[in-house]
Amino acid sequence: MRDPRLPNMPGTSMLKDAALTALVAAALGIFIVGFRTVDVGSRTGLAFDYHFADLGVAIVVIFLGRLGLSLAAMGLRWPAIALGVAMIAAGASPMKLPSGFLHWFVALGGVLLVIRAVWPWADQAIHAAARTPTGRVVDKIGTEWVGRGLGWVLLGLAVVMPFTPFADQKTMDLGVLILTYVMLGWGLNIVVGLAGLLDLGYVAFYAVGAYAYALLSTQHGLGFWAVLPLAGMFAATFGILLGFPVLRLRGDYLAIVTLGFGEIIRLVIINWYDFTNGPAGIGSIPGPTLFGAVFAETAPAGGQTVSEMLGIPFHGIHRLIFLYYIILLLALVTNIFTQRMRRLPVGRAWEALREDETACKALGINPTNTKLTAFAVGAMFAGFAGSFFAAKQRFISPESFTFIESAIILSIVVLGGMGSQIGVVLAAVLLIGLPEWFRELGNYRMLAFGLAMVLIMVYRPRGLIGHREPSIRLHPVASGGSG
Amino acid sequence: MGVPVVADPMLTVPMLQVRGVATFYGAIQALHGVDLDVGKGEIVTLIGANGAGKSTLLMTVCGNPRARAGSIVLDGQDITQLPTHEIVRRGVAQVPEGRRIFPRMSVFENLQMGATLGDPAHFQHDLERVFTMFPRLAERREQRGGTLSGGEQQMLAIGRALMSRPRLLLLDEPSLGLAPLIVRQIFEAIGRIAREEGVTIFLVEQNAFHALRLADRGYVLANGRVRLSGSGRELLANAEVRAAYLEGGHA
Repeated sequence: MRDPRLPNMPGTSMLKDAALTALVAAALGIFIVGFRTVDVGSRTGLAFDYHFADLGVAIVVIFLGRLGLSLAAMGLRWPAIALGVAMIAAGASPMKLPSGFLHWFVALGGVLLVIRAVWPWADQAIHAAARTPTGRVVDKIGTEWVGRGLGWVLLGLAVVMPFTPFADQKTMDLGVLILTYVMLGWGLNIVVGLAGLLDLGYVAFYAVGAYAYALLSTQHGLGFWAVLPLAGMFAATFGILLGFPVLRLRGDYLAIVTLGFGEIIRLVIINWYDFTNGPAGIGSIPGPTLFGAVFAETAPAGGQTVSEMLGIPFHGIHRLIFLYYIILLLALVTNIFTQRMRRLPVGRAWEALREDETACKALGINPTNTKLTAFAVGAMFAGFAGSFFAAKQRFISPESFTFIESAIILSIVVLGGMGSQIGVVLAAVLLIGLPEWFRELGNYRMLAFGLAMVLIMVYRPRGLIGHREPSIRLHPVASGGSG
Repeated sequence: MGVPVVADPMLTVPMLQVRGVATFYGAIQALHGVDLDVGKGEIVTLIGANGAGKSTLLMTVCGNPRARAGSIVLDGQDITQLPTHEIVRRGVAQVPEGRRIFPRMSVFENLQMGATLGDPAHFQHDLERVFTMFPRLAERREQRGGTLSGGEQQMLAIGRALMSRPRLLLLDEPSLGLAPLIVRQIFEAIGRIAREEGVTIFLVEQNAFHALRLADRGYVLANGRVRLSGSGRELLANAEVRAAYLEGGHA
């Protein structure tokens, strides 16, 4: 029984459509998958390594997948499910394929197809369930849980993480990395998410913070905690210096100028050799200390190591755990500060400015000053994060502050849903964490990354958490209301 | 023939004096030496066809764009060259064309934005005042501005402007795109704001019938020049006004 509203497509045109899709895939895939260059040593240099079997399998999967999708779209669910199951079986079978990944690829294609075919039923069931009284309650709990509970749950997980059995060197490193990006995301969220100023040069302030700490510590012997506020101030000053001339620009124009500013800072760092040591970078930057004690096996003259102070045996991971808690703390400070600001007039003015600059002027808001504060505050947090980065890496060079960093931070903010704090966390885990975890996928890793980005933009065009929480709730939400 | 251009016969204390104002958009001149007065406590309306320069005049009073010639005096103070936010600080509130509420912010937050310049001690009282005037807004105080109907958005825009306790309220086409019944409600509210709150009102409108009925005095703007002026009643009765702006059905 077919639903008459669904498109009707004769079998031949379905086959033609699938064949065309496969052809496009073949044309694109031949360069990406079909052959790659390998280094065969000094004599001949590069040679081609052919992977036509991989390409062939991929094209067959795409052909069948497209066919299955057309069937599902026409409401022919059972044939689509059968095709999907067949693909899963083929993927799971011991059939000889050039790589293990292709088995996964075939099976995954089948799973997606089955999900697509079953989706209308699942959708109906969900809608029917949501209409029952229990369903309403579950629905309500679900939305509120994401709104409030999730943040606390994630925070709890983050706090206990170092004490769980998973906390090995690799996981802790990843945790520090993700939290650094969470903090940068939250900082940029003030500029882009709240004030609506598209900043493509955010990494410049990160660089200012990093170099502030690197130079002050290696040349003037200042400690991490003394430099941290200074680094924030330097970065904020740069934010104001940049902001002053450019903030009369809007939208795309502002984006281009900030992009240029980011590059200028990087080029100055590369070329001002006497001051920054140029492309060679700055090394042996001291790490952060705990009440004056250092994280090292042996203390410097007159100093004390943390393991001596606490009377525990030395272990390399202690330093990492300490760094983890510092960045967690810094990130939380960023978040709490932002949440407080949103409730103050200046924070509200940022959001209003994003919504409508003309209306803001008509209400007596000075747009230049308001934008400048957003720029400076955002830059300040990047400065904090930058000096943390320098203390963690112990070596910095201009290469760490390229445009791609700005782009990643911006993707985190956009993907998270502009202005959403919890969205930034989810997006940072997704964008930084997943590519690290999926290193096993090898070259397909970036493909998966791109696919994830496209899927998010198709299904959640306003970002993962697209709705905006009002800064003030006037009434407590009635519990168990009639809906 | 028509009513001659009179120099505000019943003007009591001047609130806003516009003298010989010329405004340009780049090389294009939109206003050619406009003279206009608004007295304290008056409702003055400015009517005219599309493109006559009505909105430009209102925006020029707000300093965006700035007048290239002439002067604008508010309460004896020259404000011609001040930036918009400084003008607003001197007690001018604006309900801009197309309402321009903040769509992603709640009704309450929109009103908070309106009180940016106000004394925080007045906030609760002013909020109650707006909610009494527009009970619909009280019902929807947590709803996002963008999800309100057109009429409710207009109420919100007016309420937001009132939150700063203005002495002079500038309204740019508050009836634009609204149903006749809602238009009547909006104009009633404007009348109340003037009578009960003592706010001086300068109203730019295309809906000449409603505007002139409400206003103490009116000006007719055509091609960037004041063409006629007089009391609301006189202009309503004026043959030229009737022919140009009122015939062909009014709300």
